[in-house]
Amino acid sequence: MYSQGLIGADGRTEEDEAFLAAFQARIDAEEKIEPKDAMPEGYRKTLVRQIGQHAHSEIVGMLPEGNWITRAPSLRRKAALLAKVQDEGGHGLYLYSAAETLGVTREQMTEELLSGKAKYSSIFNYPTLTWADIGTIGWLVDGAAIMNQIPLCRCSYGPYARAMIRVCKEESFHQRQGYEIVMTLARGTEAQKAMAQDALNRWWWPSIMMFGPHDAESAHSEQSMAWKIKRFSNDALRQKFIDATVPQAEFLGLKVPDPDMAWDESLNDGKGGYRHGPIDWDEFWRVVKGGGVMNRDRIKARRKAWDEGAWVREAAQAHAEKRAARRAGEDAGGKVAAE
Amino acid sequence: MSDAIVTALLELADDHLVLGHRLSEWCGHAPMLEEDLALPSMGLDLIGAARVLYTRAGEIEGKGRGEDDFAYLRDERAYRNCLLVERPNGDFAQTMLRQLYFAAFMEPYWKAALGSSDAVVQGLAAKALKEVAYHIRHSAEWVIRLGDGTAESAARMAEAVVELHGYTDELFLSSEAAQAAEAAGILPGRAALRTAWEAALKPVFAEAQLDWPEKVWPQSGGRKGEHGEALGHMLAEMQVIARAHPGAVW
Amino acid sequence: MAEATRLWEVFIRPRNGLSHRHVGSLHAADEVLALQAARDVYTRRGEGTSIWVIPSDAITASDPDHAAEMFDPTADKIYRHPTFYDIPEDVGHM
Repeated sequence: MYSQGLIGADGRTEEDEAFLAAFQARIDAEEKIEPKDAMPEGYRKTLVRQIGQHAHSEIVGMLPEGNWITRAPSLRRKAALLAKVQDEGGHGLYLYSAAETLGVTREQMTEELLSGKAKYSSIFNYPTLTWADIGTIGWLVDGAAIMNQIPLCRCSYGPYARAMIRVCKEESFHQRQGYEIVMTLARGTEAQKAMAQDALNRWWWPSIMMFGPHDAESAHSEQSMAWKIKRFSNDALRQKFIDATVPQAEFLGLKVPDPDMAWDESLNDGKGGYRHGPIDWDEFWRVVKGGGVMNRDRIKARRKAWDEGAWVREAAQAHAEKRAARRAGEDAGGKVAAE
Repeated sequence: MSDAIVTALLELADDHLVLGHRLSEWCGHAPMLEEDLALPSMGLDLIGAARVLYTRAGEIEGKGRGEDDFAYLRDERAYRNCLLVERPNGDFAQTMLRQLYFAAFMEPYWKAALGSSDAVVQGLAAKALKEVAYHIRHSAEWVIRLGDGTAESAARMAEAVVELHGYTDELFLSSEAAQAAEAAGILPGRAALRTAWEAALKPVFAEAQLDWPEKVWPQSGGRKGEHGEALGHMLAEMQVIARAHPGAVW
Repeated sequence: MAEATRLWEVFIRPRNGLSHRHVGSLHAADEVLALQAARDVYTRRGEGTSIWVIPSDAITASDPDHAAEMFDPTADKIYRHPTFYDIPEDVGHM
């Protein structure tokens, strides 16, 4: 799905001017940076943090939707949802894999997630209360994710860009399956329609917040843009998402829960766009910092899986060592026999 | 006659749906991310097979019932799965052993079903045979690693055998419906598959340093709708939304 | 700190006739589990007909700091390329 972006990223570097200028020249020439290339420490750190947050978001993001796999109301929906949540695990894995090329291990990143040190997208700290939430997450949350991830396919860091290409290719079905669920509800019984509207009411603002703070408040954005880790500003992506999504809601006969939402000719360089009402940033920061309804449960669930799986990982490791030892023994035995 | 065929197809479909559902419960909670991907793959194979079988059962029945009617609107007394597949996941050792027991049975079963007189069953058999071969490979590798891993994993694996082996006998029993389906050439017989099943499992047990249990109390009843207590909870969860909105489309 | 499970690089042949291509990495205790994991992680949509897994630490890579001495000396060997040679158009395609 998607990372919150750059909360707490620190892009400062101490390398000399010539080195930084040469690096910037490579970036400006649209050269990709590859794992063993010389890079400013700030560039590396920013990427480790962003890719890590992104990976954690995918992994924690399995939980709210996973909450409904066992209750999906038809077998077709059950299979699609299981495949989707499985994909998210895959996306987390591709991203951990990309981050590991920067010299950080998955174990380190996992420890940081479980200790609460590493952040992940605030959206996953909201609960999924009805089946309509599953459709709405696919539609809005995956929709917002795609807005963010498509530009990341051109990110300057090669392994991240390649992981994102793979993720985007796979995610093309996620938003469509979500919208199809909501559409079915919106055309269904009164209870189903009400369920769809209720889900939109609860997920709209958190989805809008997924793009992160306003550009003026986004401390580290500028450096990330210069390094082409990030290609568009938070506000630009948010606007793009809103402009795409409001007509989709209208098509369904659902109402976006923003009384201030109105068409504004002056937006998007005079091409017009939907102007949204004020965002509750207090809520955003509260949830990012651990005060959301589900923050504690999400981390507890991840910790439980990790802790309860420890004996399995240890057994696999122990068996691998035994196998290696036996093989070495056989080789040695073979040599002796040959002599 | 066609009633018996429908029932026999439902027995098989229920086995697949219930086990697929159990595997889906792991998604997001597996011991490592790689298994968070492996378990749903197997679950999706099983749910896919169940859908084909339910749909076929509905066609033969001819009363307009489809896959979701069978999956979501029958209670536990009407479910016909064997007891093995409904066993709760337990720990990873139990999940893997349950998978191995079932897959090692289904491989010779699907092989025999390649000769089914029903084109749908025959087509499914060809597809499922490949899937189940992989399920055996994956679960057997884990049974070996856990059985011959650490002292803790070996103890858990041995415990899994104690926990589950008694449920395997039911795999080889044919209900009256299944016997009718066998006589009609639609589904294969079960009893004859025991040799192949044991031949597949015993080398895995040996490599896993697990003792093959000589004495077990066989459990059965699933084919008569006499289940353990766990299935009712599973179905209550699975069916809650569909049941709360009768007639709704999802 | 949890003990690290071994890291493997995964290469997939998309279809016969093409080379195996690097697609990413994963963790597994041994080569059998690595191969199985690669199947579920990297070929869920029919992306491959063959998989290689290689322990990441078994790969020897060239050093980007030596890129100049490794790769630049070929730049002036333009006589290795067909366009270096003048052949009259009348001769036809060659």
